[in-house]
Order: sequence, then C-alpha cells, then structure tokens
Amino acid sequence: MIQLLQNLIDAISLGSIYALVALGIGLLFGILRLINFAHGDFITIGSYALIVPSADVTARLLIGAWAWPVMIPTICLIVVIVALLTDALAFRPLRRASSPTLMIASFAVSYIIQHGVLMAYGSRPKAVDLWSGANTQVLIGDLRVPMLQLITLAVTLVLMLAISLFLKKTSYGVQMRAAAEDFRMAQYLGVRGNVVIGIAFAISGILAAAVSLLYTTQSGSLSYTMGVPLALFAFVAVVVGGMGSLVGAVVGGFTIGFIVTMLQAYLPPDLRAFRDAFAFAFVILVLLVRPAGLVPARSTFERV
Amino acid sequence: MRRSFARHQTPFLLIAVLGLIALASALSDNDSVRVTLTEMFIRVTVVIGLYVFIGNSGIISFGQIGFMCIGAYAAAWATADPSFKQIMLSGLPAFLQDNQYPFLVAMAGSLVLPAAVALCLGAAIMRLSGTAASIATFAFLIIVNSVYSNWDSVTAGVSSIIGIPTVAGPWTTYIFAVLAVLAAYLFQISRFGLMLRATRDDEVAARASAVKILRMRLAAFVLSAAIVGAGGGLYAQFLGILTVDPFYLDLSFITIAMLVVGGMFSLTGAVTGVVVVTAIVELLRLLERGVPAGSITFALPQGSQEIGLGIVMALILIFRPSGLSKGREFAPFPAKPAEVASSPARLPLAGEPERATR
Repeated sequence: MIQLLQNLIDAISLGSIYALVALGIGLLFGILRLINFAHGDFITIGSYALIVPSADVTARLLIGAWAWPVMIPTICLIVVIVALLTDALAFRPLRRASSPTLMIASFAVSYIIQHGVLMAYGSRPKAVDLWSGANTQVLIGDLRVPMLQLITLAVTLVLMLAISLFLKKTSYGVQMRAAAEDFRMAQYLGVRGNVVIGIAFAISGILAAAVSLLYTTQSGSLSYTMGVPLALFAFVAVVVGGMGSLVGAVVGGFTIGFIVTMLQAYLPPDLRAFRDAFAFAFVILVLLVRPAGLVPARSTFERV
Repeated sequence: MRRSFARHQTPFLLIAVLGLIALASALSDNDSVRVTLTEMFIRVTVVIGLYVFIGNSGIISFGQIGFMCIGAYAAAWATADPSFKQIMLSGLPAFLQDNQYPFLVAMAGSLVLPAAVALCLGAAIMRLSGTAASIATFAFLIIVNSVYSNWDSVTAGVSSIIGIPTVAGPWTTYIFAVLAVLAAYLFQISRFGLMLRATRDDEVAARASAVKILRMRLAAFVLSAAIVGAGGGLYAQFLGILTVDPFYLDLSFITIAMLVVGGMFSLTGAVTGVVVVTAIVELLRLLERGVPAGSITFALPQGSQEIGLGIVMALILIFRPSGLSKGREFAPFPAKPAEVASSPARLPLAGEPERATR
C-alpha cells in the first residue's frame, strides 16, 4: 500500500513536469497549429543560462548563483527572448504555411539551437549543483516524499492557475482563446494576430524556464540534448490528451507520467528496459481508440 | 518510341545524372570520395523510400528511419560472421546463427522484414488523420529504438554487431538507387499512386470518388518501408559494423531535410535534395577542417555544419516552400500534353483544415 502511494506520488510529480511541457507545446498548437519540437530546446537554454558560457567540463554557476528572486525572472526573461526570436526569425515568415511545414521548420529550429549550444558549451554533459537542498526528503506518515516533488507540484498548480486566470479574465487571454477557436475570424474582429502569437510564445517560454529550473535541480546535470526526451514525452502527451485543448495537454501530461512511472514500477525486471517501447505502444493504442485524444478540442474537428 | 520516352523521361534522366556522379567516383581513386558517394547513394535510396510515402500521401512520417534500422539488422543477421553470432547473438534462430548468407539474400531480408512490419503497423495507423498518423510513426521510431537497443540476445544491445562483409561500394549502391527510382516512378504513375495523390490533395473528394484511402496509404507505406529497409541493408554492408544509435532523430531529421530541400512532392525533388544537401554538408565539413588562405587557415568552428544545414532548411521553407524542384518533375524534353505525374504542391494536406490568411 505504502509502495503504491509512493509510486503514485512519483507519477504525479513526473506527470506535472510533463504537463508543464505539454502545456507549452499545446498553447502554440492551439493558436498556430504549430507542433513545436524546439520547445525542448527552450528548456535546454534555460538550464544552460545558469552557468558561465565555456566549453570546460566543470560548470560554474553564474546566473544560477544569484538569489532566487533575481535569478528566476532573469532565466525566464532569457528563455522568453529566445522564444520570441525563434518566432520572429523562423515562424513569422511561415504564418501561411501548412501544419506539416511548420512542424518541419520547428525541427530545423531545434537542430540549430542544439548545435548552437553544443558549439558554445561543448558536447560533454556537465554536473551542476542547483538548489540541491531541495532534494531532501520529507516524512509524511510512512511516506518519504522528496521536497522537490512537492515544490514541482506547487509550481505546476500555481502556473496552471495563473494561465487559466489569464485566459479567462484578461483581455489578451480572451483574444487568445478566440484566436485558438478561429484565427481568421478573430482577426476580422480586431484581434492582432502577431501580438497574440507573441504572447503565446512568451508564455510557453516562461513554462519552459520553470521546467528547466525544476528539471536541473532534480537531475543535477546539463547536456545539449537534455530537452529532447522531455519534449518527446510532452509531445505525445499533447496528442494523447487531445490536440488543441489545453485541459487535454494537462490531462495527457499526467497520463503519460502515470504510465511511465507505473511501467517502471510494475513491469517484470526483464522487460523494464523496454519501458519506453511499452509507453509509446500505448500511445499508438490510445490514438487508435480515440484519434482526437482523451479531451477532444472542438476546433480540431475536420471541416469540409 | 520517342513519345513514350518524352512521357517517361524523368526516371531515366535522374538515373543518368546519378550515373554520371557514380562515374566520377570510378575515375577518382580517392577513398574519401568513394565513401561519400556510397553514402550518398544509400541516402538517395532511403529518401526515395520516404518520398514514396510522404510525397504521395502528404503525411509526414518520422518513423521510416525505424524501417531502415530493421532492414540494417536483418542484413547484419544474415551476413555477420557465424562465430560472432553464436557468441553474441545467441537469441537468433539457428539457421541465421550457423550460416553466412550472400549479399542478395541479405538484401532480400532487408526488403521483406521491414515491409512485413510496415504491413502490420500500417494496417493499424493508416486509419488516423494526418497529424495523428505523424505522431504514431514517431512513436514507432522510439519503439524500434528502444527494442533494438535493449534486446541484447538478438541485437547485441548497445554494443555493436561486427564482422559484416563490406561488399557495398559506389556501384552496388548506385544500382539500388536506380532500382529505387524505378520502383518509386512505377508506383507514382500507377493507378494506386494517382489515387493516393488524390487523397493527399482532397481527402473528402477522393473518398467521394470511391478511393479506398486506407488501402492506398497502406500500399505506399509498405513499399516505402521496403525501399528504406533496403537502404538500411546497404548501410550495414557498407559500414561492416552496426549499432542502433545512428537510426534515430538526427538521421530522421537529415533525411526529411533532404526531402524538403528538394521538394517533397516530386521524385526529382527527392533525388535533388539528397545531392544538394550532401554537397552543402561536404562543403561545410571542408570549411570546418580549415581552408588555408595565405598565411592563416580559415576554419569554421565545430558544429557549423549542422547549424548550416538547419539554416539552409529554414531558408528553403521560408523562401521556396515547395523545394528546389517546386514539386515538379524534371522534364526538359516536351511531351505533347502535360502528362508528367505531379500536381500543384502548395495545397493543404489531407486532414488539415485550411488556415490561410493570418
């Protein structure tokens, strides 16, 4: 019983990381029909922004050593700037392109960012020590819960609350939802497309920055491809949840986190190495049973 | 006779151009040129395989490199040194473990096995709409990677299979590239190809005209898997040593980049893309190594090759979205009516709601 609860907590914590990443990807998909492969690389950039740029093996913290009230906004700012730059340089000229073209373009952006990081910081993984105090465990009854998992959960809840308040209560939030529903119609009614898209990129940048800090604290290492597996799982979470639906992205993120953790815990040891294969086979299965995802979005229905 | 040549000139011209490139390798006794060209012809085969499915159906598949992996391992199982197989690959069936098969048998294996896998997978996922199918192929790539890098008794896990005879050189790979061009062209002008492109350009209208979408897509998917698998088989027998690592996202990206640069919707585009991207990559590699200019050596920093490729691809997408070939076939000799199998490339893809003005 205790074991099961422990696994559940792991699943929720992993799931909330995936949900944050999926939310960043889902937000852009809703408005732009862009499946942003480069989102994982935004996370990588957030993590590498913590250290002194050099190709040395040991990483020295630069921004990462600042006090957190200064450091967190700085990291967010850096990632948001990168996100806005990718929009301005790569995606804005492609506004009229089809969804597969955008997807391939984001693949190219991701490739460029990864090798840019590789060029500046070298290819070897680096160890960093960021807030390692957060990895201590808290006892709740018989449960041992790492402090970081609680922080992750809290951050996820706060960010989701903030985003849903933004979308529901502010003028720009309403414009964004309108744009996600029907971009052309929203433009006819006076929504400025590039502003709304810029805000979406900025929010996805902030989400990526949050994930980069949480993930770096947890793993304690950096590598130029560190964002890729996160983006892969989140990408799948978006699809499983239902493309274009933000609730779906969150649900998908938690579902994937749950599946991965449970497979890791309950697969027979011989098969544990094949965890990812099982997880992704499950994804294909979900797609076959519910092609529109668990929480289908209205706007993705095919129109004739 | 002349008319039918003019009508079907594209594949022959492509074969001739590739032949001239192959001839250049025969004239040069430089080993690195031969290696580069062999690799290029393997990629021509693989990218044509991608084209057969992506170009005709309009569905981006990230998973075809998974079939390349399956094909490469099939060839390795057939041709690797039996003494190695008995020790390292104890999970293989006895007929593979104890024998070493010739090149053509191995190639047959690397055609049939991926095609069989594609038939099973495709029967399931070809029912999905465009984006969902893309994701499913993506999941397939990860599954293949995960299985092949962990199934130690059959694939040697993360360590490599060695002792594969390296019989594939520029001419052998050229012949397979030619076969791939012919297969892709024959499929493209067949009624299956035509019906499949109809589903790409307008899914609803195609369905209303009694085109069986699932069956058409499945046919292309299986043919594509076989061609890509053959590319994998060649790759194994070119390197002589095989690991899972190369068959993953990077190769997937590079091959799709080649297809996009050339133009996704034409056979000419697939071939042009490979040749042009190979040339660009080789040029950047040369610059990375350094070019002496007077007393100083001018060299680009490490990694500029990849960044350059990414930028070229982004520029092509922005300024020439239908690729260098503009989605048309290369046909300099006029055939009377416009008969070359192609269609306007910039239509919205199947299953995508059109979102035009921003």
